[in-house]
Amino acid sequence: MLVVAEKVSKQFMGSKVLDSVNITINKGDRIAMMGPNGAGKTTLVRAMLGFYHINSGKITVNGHDPVKERVKVLENISFIPQLPPPVKLSIEELLLYIGRSSGIPRERVLQEAGRMDLDIQKHISKPFFKLSGGMKQKLLIAIALSKESDLLIFDEPTANLDPKGREKFYELLTEIDESCSTLFITHRLDEIKGLVNRQIYMDLGKVVEDEKI
Amino acid sequence: MKNLFLVAYLDVKESLRSKWFYVYSVVFGGLMALFFISGVSDSVVMGFTGLSRMLLIFIQVTIIILPIFILITTVKSISGDRESNVLEYMLSFPVSLKDYYWGKMLGRFLTVFMPVFLALLLGVVFGLLKGGALPWKMVFLYSAFLFSLSFVFLGLAFFLSTLVKSTDIALGGSFVVWIVMLAFIDIGLIGLMLQNRMNDGLIVFLAMLNPIEVFRIGAISLFDPELTVIGPVAYYILDTLGSTWLIIYAIFYPIVIGALLSYFGYIAFRKKDLL
Repeated sequence: MLVVAEKVSKQFMGSKVLDSVNITINKGDRIAMMGPNGAGKTTLVRAMLGFYHINSGKITVNGHDPVKERVKVLENISFIPQLPPPVKLSIEELLLYIGRSSGIPRERVLQEAGRMDLDIQKHISKPFFKLSGGMKQKLLIAIALSKESDLLIFDEPTANLDPKGREKFYELLTEIDESCSTLFITHRLDEIKGLVNRQIYMDLGKVVEDEKI
Repeated sequence: MKNLFLVAYLDVKESLRSKWFYVYSVVFGGLMALFFISGVSDSVVMGFTGLSRMLLIFIQVTIIILPIFILITTVKSISGDRESNVLEYMLSFPVSLKDYYWGKMLGRFLTVFMPVFLALLLGVVFGLLKGGALPWKMVFLYSAFLFSLSFVFLGLAFFLSTLVKSTDIALGGSFVVWIVMLAFIDIGLIGLMLQNRMNDGLIVFLAMLNPIEVFRIGAISLFDPELTVIGPVAYYILDTLGSTWLIIYAIFYPIVIGALLSYFGYIAFRKKDLL
């Protein structure tokens, strides 16, 4: 099993955001995670990535603790955040950072970006935050897809993309290796229905529905 | 370890492009040029002249400007990245928290220390061009003082930056710390404490705890071993410690405090939620 979360609880300022959540992600799972705002979806993902210290329960990713062994955990996870962050590094520098830290070859990212109709070479010395919203999102997707990971986590990945960009993105997702798992946090199940084989619904910090589709 | 240098390198590159760095460099470089153009180095005030006079004024200005510049520009480094979700993305790659935190600190140290150090060297070059002698010992010790003053405020800024989640609170906190420290170098305040018959030992103890005051006493003792321009507390401290120990204390005390604060900042970074 790739990810195991057992009775995971997390509180912020006394209010429970995750309430005894149990979830497992196996190899090849393609999950759509849904739920209203504040349901705990992003918190759960952040806990898997080692950003939060959970109050109780246990999370392991490939048998590793995300907080104590974050490097080992993150070597095998690709993550696309909900909104592209205003990174001030130039694209050249950002590619250097991800290349050195994760071993992602720069050419691979350029190639993946090209497949999304993004000619990144033209903007290579521009600061990342100066790209348009759609371009930033495409670059983040290209980086995530270039990394050889066991688990791809997408937090509302198409929010900034135009319809053509979305189409390209979904097309690329069909090419992902079958053994690789994906987790989409989304409000639009209809768009990714063909790409997922399991849906999880969260509300008030709990998993209220978890079924194969 | 390779990621530590990578983070430091990228932080330096990012800082070199930012506006604050230009303002910071122009302020310190410009001050030196201004002192020179305005003829400060030719004036004789309280017995100081030439390069010594210029460096003395540079110290006085540094005492006020350097800490607040370092605090304002650095305190946002981690808390700002956290607020804007940059930290979330950058730390979703396999980089250890140790490499990220210390890499950021190393990069930021280089960017805050180098302009002040270069301004000092600029002053020395100006002085030499004017035909003055090169006070090697003074330049070396003053560089060490600048190093330790930069380090202690950088440590403090990183400590606040990791401890506080909001940039506004971190900025507010750094202002309070700066003002309190500045207030405690004021001879008037120390005079007031004396007037209120506070224990002499307490006054000296407070003065010795304050890195700005320690820097001030140490730096000015290089020019005026009798410390006539700085007041009775400094004179008492010099008399008690002796010139050599005072200089050693003024260099190493801020470094120790800076190292402790940055380490506590690192512990908070590791033990608290990152976002």
